[in-house]
Amino acid sequence: MTAIPIAPLPRARRLSATPGQIALALAIAAFLLLFLGLPVGTVLYVGFTEKGTGSFTLVNFYDFVRTELFMRSLWNSFYVSAMSVVWASVFALPLAYLTTRFVFRGAALVQTLGFLPLIMPPFVGAVAMQLFFGRNGSINLLLDDWCGLKIGFMEGLNGVIFVQSVHYFPFILINLSAALRNIDRAMEEAAQNLGSSGFRLFRRIVFPLALPGYLAGASLVFVKVFDDLATPLLLNVKDMLAPQAYLRVTSIGIADPMGYVISVVLIVASVTAMWLSARALKGRDYATTQRGGGGLARRIMTPWEAVLGYGVVILILALVLAPHLALLLLSFATIWSFSPLPDAFTLAHYARVFGESSLYIKNTLIYATLAGGIDIVLGVAIAYLVLRTKLVGREWLDWAASAALAIPGVVLGIGYLRAFYGVTLPDGTPLASLWITIVLALAIRRLPYALRACSAALQQISVSLEEAAENLGATKARTVRRIVVPLMAGGILAGFVTSFSTAAVELSATLMLVQSNSDAPLAYGLYVFMQSAAGRGPGAALGVVAVLLVALCTVLSHLIIERSQKAKGMGH
Amino acid sequence: MTAYRLALAFGLALTTSIAHAQAPAGKVTVVTSFSKDVTDPFKKAFEKAVPGVTLEVQNRNTNAGVKYLEETKANNQVDLFWASAPDAFEVLKGKKLLAAYKPKATGIPDKIGSYPINDPAGFYSGFAASGYGIMWNDRYAKAKKLPEPKDWQDLAGPAFYDHVSIASPARSGTTHLTVETILQGEGWEKGWRTLKAMAGNFNAITDRSFGVPEAVNSGQVGVGIVIDFFAFSAQASGFPVKFVYPTVTTVVPANVGIVTNAPNKAAAEAFVEFLLSLAGQEVLLEPGIRRLPVNPAVYAKAGADYPNPFTDPRFQKMIGFDVDKSEARTGVVDTLFDQLISFQLDALKGVTKVLHEVDAALAKKPNPQAKALADEVRALIAAMPVSEAQGSSPELRGAFTGAKEKGARQAEIESQWASFARDSYAKAKAKADEALKAAR
Repeated sequence: MTAIPIAPLPRARRLSATPGQIALALAIAAFLLLFLGLPVGTVLYVGFTEKGTGSFTLVNFYDFVRTELFMRSLWNSFYVSAMSVVWASVFALPLAYLTTRFVFRGAALVQTLGFLPLIMPPFVGAVAMQLFFGRNGSINLLLDDWCGLKIGFMEGLNGVIFVQSVHYFPFILINLSAALRNIDRAMEEAAQNLGSSGFRLFRRIVFPLALPGYLAGASLVFVKVFDDLATPLLLNVKDMLAPQAYLRVTSIGIADPMGYVISVVLIVASVTAMWLSARALKGRDYATTQRGGGGLARRIMTPWEAVLGYGVVILILALVLAPHLALLLLSFATIWSFSPLPDAFTLAHYARVFGESSLYIKNTLIYATLAGGIDIVLGVAIAYLVLRTKLVGREWLDWAASAALAIPGVVLGIGYLRAFYGVTLPDGTPLASLWITIVLALAIRRLPYALRACSAALQQISVSLEEAAENLGATKARTVRRIVVPLMAGGILAGFVTSFSTAAVELSATLMLVQSNSDAPLAYGLYVFMQSAAGRGPGAALGVVAVLLVALCTVLSHLIIERSQKAKGMGH
Repeated sequence: MTAYRLALAFGLALTTSIAHAQAPAGKVTVVTSFSKDVTDPFKKAFEKAVPGVTLEVQNRNTNAGVKYLEETKANNQVDLFWASAPDAFEVLKGKKLLAAYKPKATGIPDKIGSYPINDPAGFYSGFAASGYGIMWNDRYAKAKKLPEPKDWQDLAGPAFYDHVSIASPARSGTTHLTVETILQGEGWEKGWRTLKAMAGNFNAITDRSFGVPEAVNSGQVGVGIVIDFFAFSAQASGFPVKFVYPTVTTVVPANVGIVTNAPNKAAAEAFVEFLLSLAGQEVLLEPGIRRLPVNPAVYAKAGADYPNPFTDPRFQKMIGFDVDKSEARTGVVDTLFDQLISFQLDALKGVTKVLHEVDAALAKKPNPQAKALADEVRALIAAMPVSEAQGSSPELRGAFTGAKEKGARQAEIESQWASFARDSYAKAKAKADEALKAAR
């Protein structure tokens, strides 16, 4: 048996929305409008104005379609995003499946390590990766020495695909793992009783039931790669859309509307991708009622399976963690130039950053925690409104929030300055110069991650559990608090961790908004170091600090959730 | 709580500035593109020299810094702008974002090379000089058997194919000056010919200035076109890199300017004076900074191998740089570079590769027909869609500066230039293949 596809069941029973839900929807809409729509609108409207007169026009979009470079960029962006999803899936599927489906020693470690690639600090991560995989990186220098050949890991579009899939596959890993853990064991057992096993069981039962999680991750990878500008720029690939937008927006003396036109195209493409992934799940029901079964039965591997399983996991981890290893080496290196390994090692870089890093760490923790917190509150609320109510236009909340993914950080940064710098506090300090502005920008930028995770989690919870609670007399609010949120805990955690950790290394919007060194987060400190030859080592050291910090927080939040679940008798 | 702290700081700043009417005190905020290695020593020395003032450094790249000042001018909180590219200061001056100030410091000549050190209108002052040139990684050069480059033309030679890197002039103020220097030194037609011949050997065009020295330092590319202090400070940090000033180059001052409506004008002026004082100039000699002071007296304290633009004959030969000319065509030059070179790099490299092969074949066995074809190929590559006069014309200028009048849209012009380049390079490729066949 499978639960899919089920015709849209009589859901008429939750027809109308309560006043509370309407108020909530309006509040979220107002928040998104104020901190996303308004600032971005003040920047992007230029794309719709005619040169000279300032009147409304679509001629700029006509220019876009007619320009060979832009169409080539559009196609390249699609190609790279799609291929990155494929490769990210290749990395993520074995890790997720092996660690949730089997008794796997070190599953928690694998999950944590598999998460690390997402937190690649800006700039220094790029340098480290070049030193390892670049055209004269360690691997190619050794290959050249031994067999006289070189592999263009980081050349052209294929290089972008390689780096992006290594960087973003944790999106799939996290969401898919959460989904796999949430599958009702009874489903699997029923299938096994009916004679299904092995790959057929995976293909027909396990994977389809985990599909919301996979799609949540895959659509994030697609959109993120589509909108990412740092990686293509680092590899000097310019004929993709996001770099084109960035290059135009940041060139001075150029008041050209095309940068904003491209931003609009990026937003439309991202929202379409999100909409398509939502469409793919439409008319199907992924909810299962039973909870607390601890997810899928964990099989014990035969020795051969174990060798194969560990082999695959170690191979994948070695590949995706190579950049972090390079970063670690770089942070201890004196000089590392055109050689497989650094000339010598030193601790001096850590000594240099020791004094100032505590301030950066404190700021990063405050900003990222607040941003992650805002994100999961909004994420749960939006997911609930979209999936559990019939409010008119509720999907727009989802799409508006997802659109944030497509907005280049620098556009958001400029928008915040434009919208909030004129607003002053009583003593004359501009609103935009307060550190809370950075938190809001981070929260808006990372909201899509938390939202996808929360939506996926909610999709797996059967409505009947909430109905039971309501039948027993619980109010809607109480039901959400006592039933929905605890059952979503895994997804919420996944969302928080993704938002938190990516916010901790965000730079492009932060760079526009940081007003003073005392308010600066780690990523900014890194940027400041990475502008000079002597700053490379200290920058790497700061990067290692950032990675460790985020990893530590990730593990901590896992522990906290597990403990609280155990306390509630929900653990396994 | 930070907000509270800020408010407190403001309150303090206010009361103290009332107390000592003119004495500089409180917080002075500077937006700069300089790295921590440059700003930290200056901050330390300045705060020691002028007690009671704290220097607040906001690090932004030059373009972002200009945008930032523009977006926040209604409620400006920044006292100073401090960066390399004189162009950025011209842009700020044009937007009335700088306040005029005449420094009192003495001992600084009017010109370095043939470039005026200070803005003639007094809106910004030069505090350090920099020249542009070629930097290369010694280990890389040895491994790939690259000859030592001496001049721009050398980089166009076959030995350097796929080994050279540059930042895009549209994003890097310093590279823009390099390109403009070549164009002014060799003339529009010949200058573009040199640039495109070099560009055929480019491995990468990065989007920020520091991307180039970073790639050379780590040995990812062999040779980079950079501003001198990137190479000097890399050498000081121990990287195996070398640097040379080509014959057609110029020294240009890095500048500091006071922002219009600076909240702490007294302290801002104190900072400018400090930069130009002997104590401030000496900070430039530190290994992590290594820029050329504008006060000739300071060179007495520098090592013998430290380049001195006031005595070194190489610098006296350097060309004069016309800022007004540069300013008038900034957008046009940057966009031409991007449309003809950056975004067509693969095509350009494809022709250049064949051309190098033709030259090699011709060197072995002369062939007049192939030679003639190769010359045609070079002419096709060098062809420009606009002349020098058109480049500075008000129409084109209007298209690139977002002029308020109706006129050609930037996207239209870019599209024309791009197809011009695509057609020329395609024709050149066909001819080059023909030449190669003839030469073999």
